[in-house]
Amino acid sequence: MAALADTAVVGASAPPGEPLLRVSGLTVDIPTPRGPLRALDDVSFELAPHRTLGLVGESGSGKSMLVRTIMGISPARSTVTGSVRFDGVELTSLPRRAARSYWGRRIAMVFQDPTTSLNPVLTVGRQLTEATRAHLGLGRARATERAVELLDLVSIPEPRRRLRQYPHELSGGMRQRVTIAMALACDPDLLIADEATTALDVTVQKQILDLIAGIQRERGLALILVSHDLGVVAGRTDDIAVLYGGRVAERASTRVLFAGHRHPYSQALLAAVPRLDRPAGAAPRTIPGTPPDLVLAPPGCRFAPRCPSAEDDCHRAAPAPRPGADPTHAYACLHPIPTTKAERR
Amino acid sequence: MTQTTTAHAAVTQPAVTQPAMAQAPARPGALLRVEHLVQRYRARGAVVHAVSDVSFDLLPGECLGLVGESGCGKSTTGRAILQLPRPTAGRVVLDGEDLCALDRRRLRHRRHRLQMIFQDPVAALNPRRRVRDLVVEGLDIQRQLPGGERAARADALLRDVGLDPELVGDRRPHELSGGQCQRVAIARALAVGPDVLVCDEPVASLDVSVQAQVLTLLARLRAEHRLALLFVAHDLAVVRAVVDRVAVMYLGTIAEIGPVDAVYDTPAHPYTRALLDAVPVPDPAVDPEQAPSLTGELPSPLAPPSGCPFRTRCPRAADRCAAERPLPRAVGPDHHVACHFPLVDPLPDSTSGDGSHEDGFGRPAGAGERAGRDRA
Repeated sequence: MAALADTAVVGASAPPGEPLLRVSGLTVDIPTPRGPLRALDDVSFELAPHRTLGLVGESGSGKSMLVRTIMGISPARSTVTGSVRFDGVELTSLPRRAARSYWGRRIAMVFQDPTTSLNPVLTVGRQLTEATRAHLGLGRARATERAVELLDLVSIPEPRRRLRQYPHELSGGMRQRVTIAMALACDPDLLIADEATTALDVTVQKQILDLIAGIQRERGLALILVSHDLGVVAGRTDDIAVLYGGRVAERASTRVLFAGHRHPYSQALLAAVPRLDRPAGAAPRTIPGTPPDLVLAPPGCRFAPRCPSAEDDCHRAAPAPRPGADPTHAYACLHPIPTTKAERR
Repeated sequence: MTQTTTAHAAVTQPAVTQPAMAQAPARPGALLRVEHLVQRYRARGAVVHAVSDVSFDLLPGECLGLVGESGCGKSTTGRAILQLPRPTAGRVVLDGEDLCALDRRRLRHRRHRLQMIFQDPVAALNPRRRVRDLVVEGLDIQRQLPGGERAARADALLRDVGLDPELVGDRRPHELSGGQCQRVAIARALAVGPDVLVCDEPVASLDVSVQAQVLTLLARLRAEHRLALLFVAHDLAVVRAVVDRVAVMYLGTIAEIGPVDAVYDTPAHPYTRALLDAVPVPDPAVDPEQAPSLTGELPSPLAPPSGCPFRTRCPRAADRCAAERPLPRAVGPDHHVACHFPLVDPLPDSTSGDGSHEDGFGRPAGAGERAGRDRA
């Protein structure tokens, strides 16, 4: 993809040691008739260049809200506090105009439903050239050439013919390939895939995830993979953050999270996943209760009402993140699952 | 969905061109037998071959999974069993009675024996009615119950599905979560005392923690009410957790059917293998990119390929696959595969021979095609 390199924006230029993305204390409140809904509560994490972070959680856990806030598309009237630093620049306080050189250009996103994220009345070609013409100032002919390269990059056969087609003429998998091509148009440093394969069949999901992984390796992107499916993130991420009720319950390297998680919610989530390798009739374990109501939520741990190891102190204040034995590991729990190895810190 | 929008245009004449196919031998004591089911729709001058000659049976209290990708005909099959809409051809035999042959009035009197729940439980419930009324609506249609008995019955049903009638009985669907709505839909289906419950993607729209709750509930109800379940789902891991037997569908046909452990542990059809390989494994030690990917796209059901429907994407496809439609052959006890080159050797005494000599009805292969459907 040498042709793409000449139009690329300057690559990640953060000083050594500085992560590409640093989110700290991010809190989002959305006004509702019943009172403010705290969609995100004091969320912090870091992402180094070329690395992949998995964000997992159930509906309402805040995973989509988090990546949308990073992308600058938090809901209207919401209040955002805290910090999102990308490549050394604070995005939350950046003027709208300056932020445009980040959002859609250096940070790009692929959404869950390719049908609604594509404009049905514009051709694929028109939608694929829009970003490169606006952000990179390419002329029509050059932008079209670039669009052909992009469709080729996402393994769409007959790219020139596809450019003249409309989204409804493509299958769901092809449409999602087009949205990935759109996201890659300006050669971003960070790609966010928000449940990008959830609406697809399992065989197509695998094709798309393999495609994203290949592109990431080839172009050195950092990737945030948002999914409710632990199976999707297990083999494809370096680190995982588990979100619950708008907070990070636990984060660790993927290996540590699966093998040595300490948060009871992580454990319950892992046990609830139906597995192919579990014999028939071995039903997945259930998590009693329902996800929390985030409007006027009580103090204390969000998971406490459903937690098997909750005690009185869990209901009093939100537990602060505690470091685990592994340097990548942190969990927000007062009564964590005991480890087999004695953990003294 | 295509099948709902084109439902009115269902082709009702019997299929005369459909080749008769062998089926796995019916098991004794079957509660429900689906024989040579065909469902076709007319859409803009073309014919959609949604289901092409599907046969299987269901024992009392048994759970059969129907799996496959979007457009494989699994939902259409589930609905055709309930005569929603009536199938183009084939028989749906419940306790020895062919539902396809019943007139509307007599079919209505059988409706209580077959019930269905859907993927989107919120959309499946009338938003203007209260939970208690929703649950007993089927009973109201069946017979008039006195007010007190009616309310008591509704409360008992709600408790049976793990809901507190005091708390939810007077609410409307939008005041409930998705998981609660699915429980209401299940209670509503159970109200009329069915023998067969068709579950069309019952947990696909639910979160994983709630998913497990609903699956556990279905398993308990199945045991308590001796319910036979037809479990239509795209998620192979979910299916493994609940079913006894599984049928893998591809482009309107059954590629493989058998006990779930046999099909998952020793898949005989290359398509089953590809589907299983694509399922993400929640284990960081497994590199998902190592598993081979299925290439190409699902062919159009407007013009299915000749011979084996999977041949256009199959790594083992040969000339024969384009020429001849593979017939189901036994590869294990109650385990059948429709493939010329299965991954597991067929049993020597396979009921339908090796597929090239007989079609299972003791006739040479292709005879059925020439003669048309013998039943019609």
